Order: sequence, then C-alpha cells, then structure tokens
Amino acid sequence: MNLAMRDIRYHRGRFILTSIGLGLLLGVVMSMGGIYRGLFADALAVLEYTKADIWVVQQDTSGPFAESSRIPEDIKYRIRAVPGVAEASPLSFQTIQIERQGKPFRFFLIGYDLNGFGGPPAIIAGRNIRQKHYEMVAAKAMNMELGEKIHLGLHDYTVVGITGKVVSSGGDPAAYLSLADAQDIQFKKDNDAIRNDRERIGANLAAVQSLSAGQAAYLGRNIAGITESTHTVNTVVARLSPGASLGEVQERISRWNHLRPLSVAEQTKILTKGMIEKARMQLGLFRIILLVISAVIISLIIYTSTLDKIKVIATLKLIGSQNRVIVGMILQQSLLMGVLAYAIGYGLILLTYEKFPRRIVLEAFDLQVLFVIVMVICTLSSFVGIRKALKVEPAEALGG
Amino acid sequence: MYAIAVEKLTKIYGKGETAVTAIADATFQVKPGELVAILGPSGSGKTTLLTSIGLINEPTYGKVVIDGATVADGGWLPGLDLKRLRREKLGFIFQAHNLIAFLTALENVMVALEINHVSKAQAKRRATELLISLNLGHRLNSYPSALSGGEAQRVAIARALANEPRVILADEPTAALDTENGKNVMALLKKLAVENHSAILVVTHDQRMVEGFDRIFQVSDGRITGEKRG
Repeated sequence: MNLAMRDIRYHRGRFILTSIGLGLLLGVVMSMGGIYRGLFADALAVLEYTKADIWVVQQDTSGPFAESSRIPEDIKYRIRAVPGVAEASPLSFQTIQIERQGKPFRFFLIGYDLNGFGGPPAIIAGRNIRQKHYEMVAAKAMNMELGEKIHLGLHDYTVVGITGKVVSSGGDPAAYLSLADAQDIQFKKDNDAIRNDRERIGANLAAVQSLSAGQAAYLGRNIAGITESTHTVNTVVARLSPGASLGEVQERISRWNHLRPLSVAEQTKILTKGMIEKARMQLGLFRIILLVISAVIISLIIYTSTLDKIKVIATLKLIGSQNRVIVGMILQQSLLMGVLAYAIGYGLILLTYEKFPRRIVLEAFDLQVLFVIVMVICTLSSFVGIRKALKVEPAEALGG
Repeated sequence: MYAIAVEKLTKIYGKGETAVTAIADATFQVKPGELVAILGPSGSGKTTLLTSIGLINEPTYGKVVIDGATVADGGWLPGLDLKRLRREKLGFIFQAHNLIAFLTALENVMVALEINHVSKAQAKRRATELLISLNLGHRLNSYPSALSGGEAQRVAIARALANEPRVILADEPTAALDTENGKNVMALLKKLAVENHSAILVVTHDQRMVEGFDRIFQVSDGRITGEKRG
C-alpha cells in the first residue's frame, strides 16, 4: 500500500494548493531561465539572420551593436575586391522611438542594400521591399498591418511585408528599409540646418580674397555636397568564398586605416560577454535565490506535514512498521510535490511565454536540468521531515 | 506455555537522586485465551508495565517472556528484532483508536498485514473478513472521521487482530467511548480472547469496564498490590 499516495488522496486539496504555490515559484524560475536564454537569442538574432562571416566596422570600436560605428558606404567596393570575399553589403542600424496610437513605439531599424544581403530573413505576410524608397518590412512583434504608414524623419513609409522574430540586442523588434531610406532617416539634416550650413560655407568662401566668385560657388557646392551626404553606414558585412581563410581576409582589411574587421565569433563575444553579461548574471542570481527559497519552502512543508503525522508515524512504528515504509512515505510525498509543482510551473510557462514582453526561450536541456535540481531539492528537503520521523518513539502513539 | 510471563519486572526512569521507579517487581503470567486487566489510577505505572511487555519501553530489571520466548532479562536480549516481534506476536489497541486518518477502515487493517509482508490480495481478503466479523462490513471504505467512536475502536481491534497475534495489549481502550460502547468493546475483547485463543492484557482505570475479566491485577504506586479472579 502506498501510504504517500493515500495521504495525498485524502488531503488532495491541501496538496494541490501547495503544489500550485510551489509551481508558480518554479514557473518564475523557468521564466528566468527562458529570459536568460532569450537574452542570448535576442543579442545574436541580427548576427545570425545576416549570415555574414565578417563585420567591418569603424577602427577602435566594437560596433555596430555595442557602440557607435560610422564608415563610408563606398568601403563596400574595396571589401568586395579583397581576395576571398564573395560578397559585401552595407548595413545601417538605429533604434527609433516614436509615438504611435498615443503610446511610445520603439523598434530597431535596419537599412540594407536591396541588391546585397542582410535584409529580412523570411517574409511571413506581404512581400519584400521592391522599391528603393518608402517601403518597409516590419517584424511581427511590431503589430503593424500591411499597408499601414509610419512617419519617420521627413517621409512616410508603407509596410509592405511582415517578417518573423527579428529583434535588436536590446529586445526591440526590427523593421527593414532600403539602405538609402535608412541613411536619410539617420543622417539627413533638416532643411534649416542645410540652409544654415550652405550660408556658413558661402560666407566663409566669400571671405577668401584669392577666390573668384565662380570658384567660390563651385567650391561651395562641392563642400555642401560632402557635408550633406548621407552615404555613411554602420557596418559593411562580408561573406567569404568557399575555402577562403577568415584570418587572411581579416588581416588584409586590418591593414587599411580606419577599419576593424570582426569575425562572427568576435562579434558574438562582444554581444554576449559585454552587452548582456550583467543581465545574465543578475538572472542567474535570481534563479539561485528562487531555488533556495523553493528548497526552504519544500523543507517547511514537508516538516510541517511530518509534524501533522507524528501520531500516525508512532502508530506505524508501534505496530512494527519498518523505517523504510515511513521514510518512503515522506520522500515520495516530497518528490510527488516536486513533480506536480514542476508540471504546473511548466504548464504555466507554456501558456504564457509568448505573452512576455521579452523573448522566452525554453530549452529542453535547461528544463531537464531544472527538473533534476527540483528532485534533488525535494530529496534533500525531505531529510528534515525524515529525521524528525525517525526520532519519533512508538510510545508516542499511546495516551490520548 | 504462557502467552505472557513477567518476573520481577522493574522500570526506573532517570538515575541517582532523580530516579523514579515507575514499576517495581511485577510478576505475573497470562495464558492464551485469558482476558486480564491491570487496574489502577493515573500515574500508577500500568502503562509503563504495558509498554515494557509491548517491547516499547526497555525494562531496567526483570524478565519478560512472550509466547515462550524470552525478550528481556535485565534489558532487551541482544540481537532481538523488536519491530518484527511486535508485528508478529503483538497486537495493540489504543486509548484513542489511533486509526490513520487518510486510510479507509479497510486500509487501516490492511496496512498492519502489508507491513508484515502479506500480499495485497491476501491482506484485503483477511481485512475484509475481520471487519465483517466485527459488524463493520458496511464501513469498509469509510474514513475514520466518518466512523462513530465505537466503530473506530472496532476497526482498531480488527487491526490489532490482523496478524493473529498471540498477545493483544490494550491501553485504556474504552477511555474515549461512552459507557455502553465501552462495555461492548470489552465484551468483544472477551469473545476474541476465547475465539482466537489470544492473551489479552487490558490497562484501564475504570473499574466498571472490567466485569467478566478472567483476572484483574490492581496496581498502585508502581506495584501490583492485588489480584482478583473474575
């Protein structure tokens, strides 16, 4: 006869409620683990979807995600000419926060060369960008409708396609524009600033006695052209030809001034070790604290439950029950509580994880490890009750 | 052969100046099929005597023989498996029935059999027979909380009888019952002693409950002060 099951059957309300409470706690532990993994996935999402081998950024920076990087768009031609490079494509990144429907609306804007790579990984509704201007592909998480217009910088952009779960390293959903549009939004000055710059350049050139009026006007147009240019990007990504040496290509680009070629491994390290390390440690610490709290709660529950059963245990001992029967009863209850609480926590997370504002990634390995930890905690916690039970004297069954 | 034999049984709690003699030089025998009462006021040492015979409380001095086997002679004999002896030779009936609240009447009896390595099917059959014989056939699946005091005590008696012990020890079995139910329980014990040929030793402080007992030992201040035949 399984005494643990009989006790649970009789006190099922109390057992289930206790397990639900514990399950909620374990659900939080699971969600922390999921957020922990989600941070990784988010941080590396753009890196993975871009499928580049090298990220060329501004020298002495760890751009374009960890810090600002600005390089001329024309660099793409030089990079394409490097032996071993199959293709190179410029990309621009910026975080946008505007107001939409009366609420802050934040997203990560990626500008890409329509003839290159680094665009949306998959279109799940609508189509990809076809025109050079004013079309946008938005991530599903932005909750935008096809055909919806959004005003950015000086222009309106129309959503023509919806892509999947592409997010920035900060977890903001991503939207794609043509590189030219993204550059306009990021770098184009407003009309007042352009007029001011032209006036200043014109006045400065007019003050140079040695220039004729024609020369000054010519120089003015050229200087203004340079200052008003938006042909700047945050990175140029490159893919290698089959068999090409990553190290050699990096070494060759490194020799040029002003550029830093980062491999995917280096970029991954910057993103994971640098940008999300503290958040990961914070979450890891929370998980440990919550597991310790779970252990204390389970211990208290099992101990209290054992105290409730002192007379039962004494009676069992008096009628000659073996210690293993009593130990088994306490241990099985503790483990069953752990299993039920785990199942409740898992069910809760399965039902809610898509509604979390940040991505939750539930990995089978993490869940299995947590299950083993919960079982170990339940076993260790039951020792408190078992120790108490083994000390109970059969004589305690006597008397009123 | 006696089912119970005690000789100069003494139990002293504590040592030196704080030592308290709970029972001193108790000597008596109980034959199989005999119903014997130990009668005395609270604190007279009757429960200590019962627990020493019941292999719970180690005697300080003296000898205890259960079903012909010496179990204590100035303390437990070395190598004794007290739990096994309690399972196989003894049945206990308590003051407050001590049924396990989360087990049904049937399961409460079955548990005593299963811990004695009786198979589940056999345990169920034997427990059902016992409960039916005690007029509890309609209460097999009732939890203790749903049983009356008299019914609960009869389930406790069925549990005590489950392994057909040679000795049944009852500690104030009627204390939690009204007079009528108490007398019914005592009558049942008398019947069982005869039918099962078990020695039944009942500890009680209630003189009204010992009518029809074969022998009654009077205990006072830890000593057997008298013996009366019923």
